[in-house]
Amino acid sequence: MVLFIEQALNGLQYGMMLFLMAAGLTLVFGVMGLINLAHGSLYMVGAFACAWVAAATGSFFLGLVASLVAAAVAGALVEVVVIRRLYHRDHLDQVLATFALILVFSEGTRWLFGSFPLYLTLPPVLSGAVMLPGGLQYPLFRLAIIGIGAVVALGLFFLINRTRLGIRIRAGEADREMIAALGVNIERLYTIVFALGAALAGLAGALVGTIQSVQVGMGEPVLILAFVVIIIGGIGSIKGALIGALLVGMTDVLGKALLPGLFARVMVGSDAATVGSALASMLIYILMALVLLVRPQGLYGQRG
Amino acid sequence: MGKGVKGMARETLLTLAILSALLGTVIVAQITGEGFVITLATKVAIFALAGVGLNLALGYGGLVSFGHAAFFGIGGYVTGILASHAGAGTAVTTLPFALMGSNEMLGIWPMAMLAAGAAALLIGALSLRTSGVYFIMVTLAFAQMLFYFAISWPRYGGEDGLSFYVRNSFPGLNTLVPVQYFAICMALLVLALILSAALVRSRFGLALQAARQNEQRAAAVGIRPYALRLVAFVISGMITGLAGSLYADLNRFVSPAMMSWHMSGEIMVFVILGGVGRLAGPVAGAAVFILLEHLLGGVSEYWKALLGLLLLAIVLFAPGGLIGLVLRRDRHV
Repeated sequence: MVLFIEQALNGLQYGMMLFLMAAGLTLVFGVMGLINLAHGSLYMVGAFACAWVAAATGSFFLGLVASLVAAAVAGALVEVVVIRRLYHRDHLDQVLATFALILVFSEGTRWLFGSFPLYLTLPPVLSGAVMLPGGLQYPLFRLAIIGIGAVVALGLFFLINRTRLGIRIRAGEADREMIAALGVNIERLYTIVFALGAALAGLAGALVGTIQSVQVGMGEPVLILAFVVIIIGGIGSIKGALIGALLVGMTDVLGKALLPGLFARVMVGSDAATVGSALASMLIYILMALVLLVRPQGLYGQRG
Repeated sequence: MGKGVKGMARETLLTLAILSALLGTVIVAQITGEGFVITLATKVAIFALAGVGLNLALGYGGLVSFGHAAFFGIGGYVTGILASHAGAGTAVTTLPFALMGSNEMLGIWPMAMLAAGAAALLIGALSLRTSGVYFIMVTLAFAQMLFYFAISWPRYGGEDGLSFYVRNSFPGLNTLVPVQYFAICMALLVLALILSAALVRSRFGLALQAARQNEQRAAAVGIRPYALRLVAFVISGMITGLAGSLYADLNRFVSPAMMSWHMSGEIMVFVILGGVGRLAGPVAGAAVFILLEHLLGGVSEYWKALLGLLLLAIVLFAPGGLIGLVLRRDRHV
């Protein structure tokens, strides 16, 4: 039972991290109609910025701020130089151009920082474990990630639903020509949305980089998972991104923790654990296929 | 709309010119004894074949599949698995019927294409329920699923991949001689080009393109886009699967990397670099890609950044790809 709770918390933490990635992707797609493969590169930029600043200043928190700023700046820059020319192009051009951006970002980072992974150390405030009810020792930092994810989710809902910027973003999703005609500077709005999504990705990169390591190419597996999340949740919906991220996070972590043992119990032979773990690694894609069968537009997506 | 007869003739001429250039390169390399160049040209032919497969779905059907590495990898794994069992003299499976390994290319190719086609049928049937950006991401996700499966299934090497020591055989040829293996790959590429040229001009191909250009209008004249696209997707997957089989034989090695999303991206790059919906697009694209890899790789170990910038320039400033640059006047619709 304790093991189950621990794994459920891990799933929650993983889900929150996926949400940070998926939120930016789904916003950018919803508002600008752009599919951005380079979102994973912004995640990597955030992680490297955090590692570099934390090493230079000795402060992890300054590193986190740096991850937000660096990813936002990189995002805004990319938007102005490249992405802006792609809005009226078809998805194929967008995929290819942002694929090209990944190559540039990855090799550029390798050139700057080398191929060896960097590691981040946690400040004493965030390291160590807390005792949870039921006698479970759980790392404080992972709890902090869950907290940060929840705060970001609340902040985004507030931003989208209650602020003037949010009204403009929603209006931009509905009818971009109209709000441009009403005098909203649509180019600046797009840059802001893109930078906001980038900053969230950068933050996610810094947080995950702290748990694992910071290295070139770290953003790519996460990017594809974030795609799965927004396919399940429905493209363009923040709420869908949150629900989808938690579903994917939970399914993946619990599946990998429980399935091999489960198969060993019902199947005989040495293949049981193998079948279990192979199936576990495919579980979220099976989940995605099931959602597609029932609702091709995703749980909270609009058809159109 | 439509390219005139003259435009078509010009494109056919260009296709022949590109193929002759590839063939000429190999003949010169054979005379001067540069085996390495022949291997590069073989790689071009194989990647071009993979691209010809994708082009059928992407260029003519408008189906932006970001998961064709799945079919490439399946073709490769079928080849690797059959060859390794043939090497060990064991059966691949005994249920429901005994399937022995094989090291005959003529036996392996149909199996590779069948397996890739079956996967394409399953993935296509699900993915084609969606469209647009969903389709891109869903095909990507399914390919990724197979990628993780290949990694976590230890029986055939898992993450380390699977190597087999002897290249599979073809009656009357010694496949280990580079130029003879090139001839096999080149012949298959030409066959695939002829097949796709015929398909594109057939009723099926015309209906497929009509469904891409205007789905409602196509539906109004009685074309059912779903079935049409599914067939195109399956044929496309089978051709790419055949290319995967050849690639496995070229390296005598298969690994999950063949199924990675970078591979999907690269197959897509061959098509787009050359020109989407152009018969010889994938050949030109693959040739330029391999050439750049070879040339830029010598300039800097970070050559992929240069490749990225070049790709970016092509997308932004020459959306018709290389073939579009040459045949500027008859733009592909």
